[in-house]
Amino acid sequence: MQAQLFLTCLGENFFSPALKDMVEVLERLGVQCAMPEGQTCCGQPFYNSGFQSQTRGLARQWLKAFGATDGYIVAPSGSCVDFVRHRYVELFPAGTREHALAQATAARTCEFSQFLVNVLQVTDVGASFPRKVTYHASCHGLRGLGLRDEPKRLLRAVKGLELIPLSSEETCCGFGGIFSMVYPEVSRAMMEDKVNTIQASGAEVVVVGEPGCLMNIAGGLQKINSPVKAMHLAEILASRA
Amino acid sequence: MPIPHIDFRANTQRVSPHLIAATQKSTRTALAKRAQAIEIVGEDQWQALRQAGHDIKLHALTHLDEYLPMVEARVTQAGGVVHWARDDVEARRIVLEIAAQHRVKRIVKSKSMATEEIELNRALQDAGIAVFETDLGEYIVQLAGQRPSHPTAPALHLTKEDIAALFRAKLGVDAPPDPQTLCEIARGKLREEFLSADMGISGGNFLIAETGTLVIVTNEGNGRMCTALPPVHVAIVGIEKVIPDWEGLAVMLKLLARSGTGQKITAYTNLITPGGEEGPREFHLVLLDNGRSRMLQDEIARETLACIRCGACANICPVYNHVGGFAYGAIFLGPIGAIVAPQLLGVKVAGDLPFASSLCGACGDVCPVKIPIPNILLHLRHRVVEGDQFASATVSPILGVGARVGTTALGTPWLYRLGARMMRLFQASFRRGDWLPTLPPPLDRWTMARPFPAFRSDFRAWWRRR
Ligand code: SF4
Repeated sequence: MQAQLFLTCLGENFFSPALKDMVEVLERLGVQCAMPEGQTCCGQPFYNSGFQSQTRGLARQWLKAFGATDGYIVAPSGSCVDFVRHRYVELFPAGTREHALAQATAARTCEFSQFLVNVLQVTDVGASFPRKVTYHASCHGLRGLGLRDEPKRLLRAVKGLELIPLSSEETCCGFGGIFSMVYPEVSRAMMEDKVNTIQASGAEVVVVGEPGCLMNIAGGLQKINSPVKAMHLAEILASRA
Repeated sequence: MPIPHIDFRANTQRVSPHLIAATQKSTRTALAKRAQAIEIVGEDQWQALRQAGHDIKLHALTHLDEYLPMVEARVTQAGGVVHWARDDVEARRIVLEIAAQHRVKRIVKSKSMATEEIELNRALQDAGIAVFETDLGEYIVQLAGQRPSHPTAPALHLTKEDIAALFRAKLGVDAPPDPQTLCEIARGKLREEFLSADMGISGGNFLIAETGTLVIVTNEGNGRMCTALPPVHVAIVGIEKVIPDWEGLAVMLKLLARSGTGQKITAYTNLITPGGEEGPREFHLVLLDNGRSRMLQDEIARETLACIRCGACANICPVYNHVGGFAYGAIFLGPIGAIVAPQLLGVKVAGDLPFASSLCGACGDVCPVKIPIPNILLHLRHRVVEGDQFASATVSPILGVGARVGTTALGTPWLYRLGARMMRLFQASFRRGDWLPTLPPPLDRWTMARPFPAFRSDFRAWWRRR
């Protein structure tokens, strides 16, 4: 099995440890990873800001990087996959070559945990992480990709890990991309709620499968010097005793 | 009166914690009841109902040319009078004329968004007519001189203590902060108004084309009082409220009650066909366009008009729950308000609102008629920022240039990597360990709430070294 690594711009620039762990887990499961050099940003931040026609250039670049590759395209982010899967086809008029390419490429783009559980059909990746862990469901993965059980199934199979439910698990953490910059006070209030429920859960670690939310939640925990640590799912799955 | 630009950020900075607490308490209750009601129906059945509701509304919206004349014919046949109002000015004029014909002095109203949209109360009061809202929440909000803060629970932001104080001040009665007593006081006052009113005004939840029947649902029975007691009843109904038939109504009523309040059916479902045995001597139906036919031309955004005003999207919205209803600056609240207002009031006035969302998508999932609210938010963001065939952009062109620079830099692999390298240099003076606790504007909008993570773009170097 081959996987093209879709790093995502937030992943590449802020969470390289999680990316390295994603590679480690994939290779452990016998997946051959490749990394298309020409990839940059999928364009979602611009699209969601309203610059939808300007997003086309970024989508073209992304398709140039990934369009001619083989196998699944795997990303440590549900949001970027949701975007590529559902918006790219809308950016190019039906019937054009670019539309067809977008459609074909989008169809093999897959979020990390869904790739493991649904494509590789693996839940036990041989990880060990003897801590109390809770899970925050990121919005775009959850509602855009139906990503609900996969991360939790993976976590439950981790040796020594105790999965604690998070109240309001499916409530937005307040990141929202551009939203956090346009309405920072509201974003902060939402983030603080999320951080409070995480603290109240009694977990030592909160797992987030999304670079954007991870930035937000990890930052929020850091701000109040919380003992709770925010980690990407890949980091847990790469852990060994 | 033209509405000034709605400054959502400024509005959010004025919200009282009291209002937020009251809002969250009430939305939490509504959602819990909704969840229970849906559990009884069963998730699959619920999804099938939603799809049916969506299809009924979309079919009606795309066949208004068929159903509206049907409504007109049936209502006229039955002895009612149908008026067509192109905009708010016409609608107000029609109502004022009817009122003048009957020398109306006192009006009772049941809750209606359409009448708020056309600011009818003010026009009536300016004409010397006393107007009384009779939905308890609306009555309270009217007494307080405020606007509703929730689509279905207008006075949600006021506590029983607030209301008791308001009744003491405005009604001159001794009012303890006890819901039951407060309710009885209002009931007593309203009963007098119902009996002395010479005209009743309502909106409408649905209009059934096949029989020309107006449907009004309430939980207090005030809708029935308004439409049956006074000698004249005027209903102001948006043209999007029409549905083809009674079969469709059954679906819509199931969805509306469960979504809004978790009830199986609202306490009072009034089916008004003029010429019936009970009811007023005279029935007028004002069909209001006021921008709706323009909205219908937009194939993406027109689904907005499928809304049945259940309020569920506001209840679940994390933004609404942290800002309350007033921050939206007009009568259009929550996620649905954020897509209605820019279309009805224009993006110049309400261009902030499509951005008042984290795009979490909860609204779209909860909507009983499956309005793709997040999609429409994005569509309207595009209208605000780049302009489309319906309106030109309202943001500064400098932002567009900035975006062009941004997309070019990010879309060119070597520039993208150079940028990442420059960010690593730039961050040096701000860096404290793994974090950047404070950053200069505009990034301080992020760091005011939490630190920014340090740039660590070493993945490709690691990849190549392996
Ligand atoms: S948009 Fe949907 S959820 Fe929101 S009020 Fe309308 S019908 Fe209810």
